[in-house]
Amino acid sequence: MGLTLTWLSVIILIPLAGLFLKTFELSLDQFWGILLSRRTLHALRISFGLAFAAASVNLVMGMIIVWALVRYRFPGRRLFDAIVDVPFALPTAVAGIALTSLFAQKGWLGAPLAELGIKVAFTPVGIFVAMIFIGIPFVVRTVQPVLIDLDVEIEEAAASLGANRWHTVSKVILPSLIPALLTGFALAFARAVGEYGSVIFIAGNLPNVSEIAPLLIVIRLSEFRYADATAIAVVMLVASFLIIFAVNRLQRWAQTRISAQ
Amino acid sequence: MTIEVKNIVKKFGTFAALDGVDLKVASGELVALLGPSGSGKTTLLRIIAGLDWPDAGEVSFDGENALAHGASERHVGFVFQHYALFRHMTVFENVAFGLRVQPRAVRKDEAGIRARVKELLDLVQLDWLSNRYPSELSGGQRQRIALARALAIEPRILLLDEPFGALDAKVRKELRQWLRSLHHEINVTSIFVTHDQEEALEVANRVVVMDKGRIVQIGTPGEVYDNPATAFVHGFIGESIMLPAEVRDGCVRLGGKTLNIAADGAPSGASKLFVRRHDMQVGPAGSGTLEGAVRHVRTFGPIQRAEVALSEGETFIEIDVPRDREIRTGDIVGLQPRRYRIFAAQD
Amino acid sequence: MNQPQSSLSSARDDLRTEPGLIRVVVIAIALIFLTVFVVLPLVVVFAQAFSKGVGTYFSALSDPEALSAIRLTLFVAAISVSLNLVFGLVAAWAIAKFDFRGKTFLISLIDLPFSVSPVISGLVFVLLFGAQGYWGPWLQSHNVHVLFAVPGIALATVFVTFPFVARALIPLMQEQGTQEEEAAISLGASGLQTFFRVTLPNIKWGVLYGVLLCNARAMGEFGAVSVVSGHIRGETNTMPLLVEILYNEYQFVSSFAIASLLAMLALITLVAKTILERHLDEGQLSRDD
Repeated sequence: MGLTLTWLSVIILIPLAGLFLKTFELSLDQFWGILLSRRTLHALRISFGLAFAAASVNLVMGMIIVWALVRYRFPGRRLFDAIVDVPFALPTAVAGIALTSLFAQKGWLGAPLAELGIKVAFTPVGIFVAMIFIGIPFVVRTVQPVLIDLDVEIEEAAASLGANRWHTVSKVILPSLIPALLTGFALAFARAVGEYGSVIFIAGNLPNVSEIAPLLIVIRLSEFRYADATAIAVVMLVASFLIIFAVNRLQRWAQTRISAQ
Repeated sequence: MTIEVKNIVKKFGTFAALDGVDLKVASGELVALLGPSGSGKTTLLRIIAGLDWPDAGEVSFDGENALAHGASERHVGFVFQHYALFRHMTVFENVAFGLRVQPRAVRKDEAGIRARVKELLDLVQLDWLSNRYPSELSGGQRQRIALARALAIEPRILLLDEPFGALDAKVRKELRQWLRSLHHEINVTSIFVTHDQEEALEVANRVVVMDKGRIVQIGTPGEVYDNPATAFVHGFIGESIMLPAEVRDGCVRLGGKTLNIAADGAPSGASKLFVRRHDMQVGPAGSGTLEGAVRHVRTFGPIQRAEVALSEGETFIEIDVPRDREIRTGDIVGLQPRRYRIFAAQD
Repeated sequence: MNQPQSSLSSARDDLRTEPGLIRVVVIAIALIFLTVFVVLPLVVVFAQAFSKGVGTYFSALSDPEALSAIRLTLFVAAISVSLNLVFGLVAAWAIAKFDFRGKTFLISLIDLPFSVSPVISGLVFVLLFGAQGYWGPWLQSHNVHVLFAVPGIALATVFVTFPFVARALIPLMQEQGTQEEEAAISLGASGLQTFFRVTLPNIKWGVLYGVLLCNARAMGEFGAVSVVSGHIRGETNTMPLLVEILYNEYQFVSSFAIASLLAMLALITLVAKTILERHLDEGQLSRDD
């Protein structure tokens, strides 16, 4: 997947982006003008920034979840293993309204949080929560096969050399999972940046406050400002794939250290 | 560091991997656990290491109960068949690992660690690979690094699980000799597991032959080769001819004919006659107690191997004939066992 | 005669696991997180759908708008699945059995809809078919309506769900190799015969798997369809779009009722997927004989 994304970015999307721009014959000045407008910049910041934060949360939580699912036995383990895929299978609009209902002021989780003074729905925090939701399967499913296939003898070797459990986990096991973790992070990030349906219900969608970039594209399209919509799309594409490209290089560097032959 | 193992039992379900095993290893010895797969040799090694636990029995190091401690506290060096090197660490970091995870009180400082790692890499003659990663090394190099890593913590015992099993034949032979000379130099009590009897005989001070979860014979390489205690040992170590025979009234009979060899106190009844291939003396027809026709002669390296159809018992046997003695297909030869053993058939 | 068991068991921690307390904490964190973020949202859908009773639930589903949305969703899904089945088979077949220039390019192209935001996918269609788009004027002059009409929705959905069948089949067919087909051809079978008698039976579980995922995505697609649909009530609303409209009009029960259908679809898809995965694994195991 990682290699494919890298290929995509270099070969397809950047020329595609160029094609878009040429179609509208935007001058460079006009292009920058659209981009640097306050509203656009803010939407991009919200989308990329919160996607990065959500993917980071999924990195940590995904690691914990996959460890529990692979290493431990507990009642309901198989059920929980199956539901990890739900955010991937559930239609985004359904997820959107469900999360909004859950975290609204009077919602099952929103109400207790409101008591603590935390407002989730219709704020950037809501966007963050929705992005975490849709990213859950990516880190877990990418790391799971690697953790399952991990060589038992490596752990035995570490123990025979005197390492306690913490040393073995932190110095031997986790480092060998880094390529898979990075791949999962990249996938979760890419998905969160472009996510629309799950996010727009809970987001609030106030310009310059809680408006995500995909929504801004839709708004510009409904205003028939095709050029603006395209410009934003181009930036999203290029930025996403630059970041993913960087993550993939990082992951491949880590991979060469880890793979046996 | 002496090792004493008493009455170890280990069952996997109903399968008894170890069925009452006793063993004493003297300090500084290099002992081979030799046997076919399923004999329990690896299970015994892992129990000594603390990677597995017995269902019953005792293990002590220098008189102290070793079973009170887990693998990380037994101070035992373990070398795996597939090296188990940490792939994300350099060679240097692999060897240093055991030193780095020591408790603060005992741990050397960085300079001390570096010196010790260098010392070990020099010992295995791979100092120049210090900054490489395991994926860049050959199999033989990896195994030597694995050994250096195990030795870094100054273990009192060194355990090796089929250490050369994953290597090709030439590298295996080289490393065998290298292990022997290394052991000579550092003199740590060592046990290695192998199914290759040639390896065991070549490398070890003493050989422990195991079969079906039990120790069948313990002795020096010479002892187990020349004086095998059971039919199994005779058949497993070195190449033998086995003939189904019968002992009656103090005579050895094969295929209805009484052989001109002493029964030597072998018990009456159905038996197995074991002769090493090169212990069968070949002469012209009528010169020996057995007679046969040469069906086929193969020459490879220093060996001339003849397939002979015996007139007694209608069996084929293969014998090794010295190169300077001519033997051709179709010759009728007389065979006399010079050295042989007779075991009861159900041994 | 035997060592007392207690001294064996005290040092007896499995060296490959963590102390009990840590295990409990890790499991607890994982389960709480999954419950909050996955289980609760699922439960909320059904709780809200039935919050005004079973009667209200079913009348929401039998509303003419709802029925029309269901019909449209099923129609679009059927088209997407059929077209992508053919496309996916052809693409996977070409990639797995042949070597040609631009193969990597094609593989990357297949992943394209997967990697971009669905809104951007919709944007591509607007740029191509919209009033100011590439083919816009030509379409208008011929009075062909793509955008803001069913064809546009179908096209966008086909595009977005294109990868599923191909991605399920490519690794499967690559792993199976070309030997069986070569054997068939050497025995005199034609290309078509080989395809139907040799290739197809070998990949049937992969096809089912791809079709299953394709269908799930087709029925649930929101972003791309939202852009091209125009939201014309009763005409161009799929189920996900209707969910949005009802929700924005504060018709929560109706919205969640339709959402509950989609949620059930998702759960059925997951169950079927797990079963099919087992078949796929078994198929691969027996192949190694």
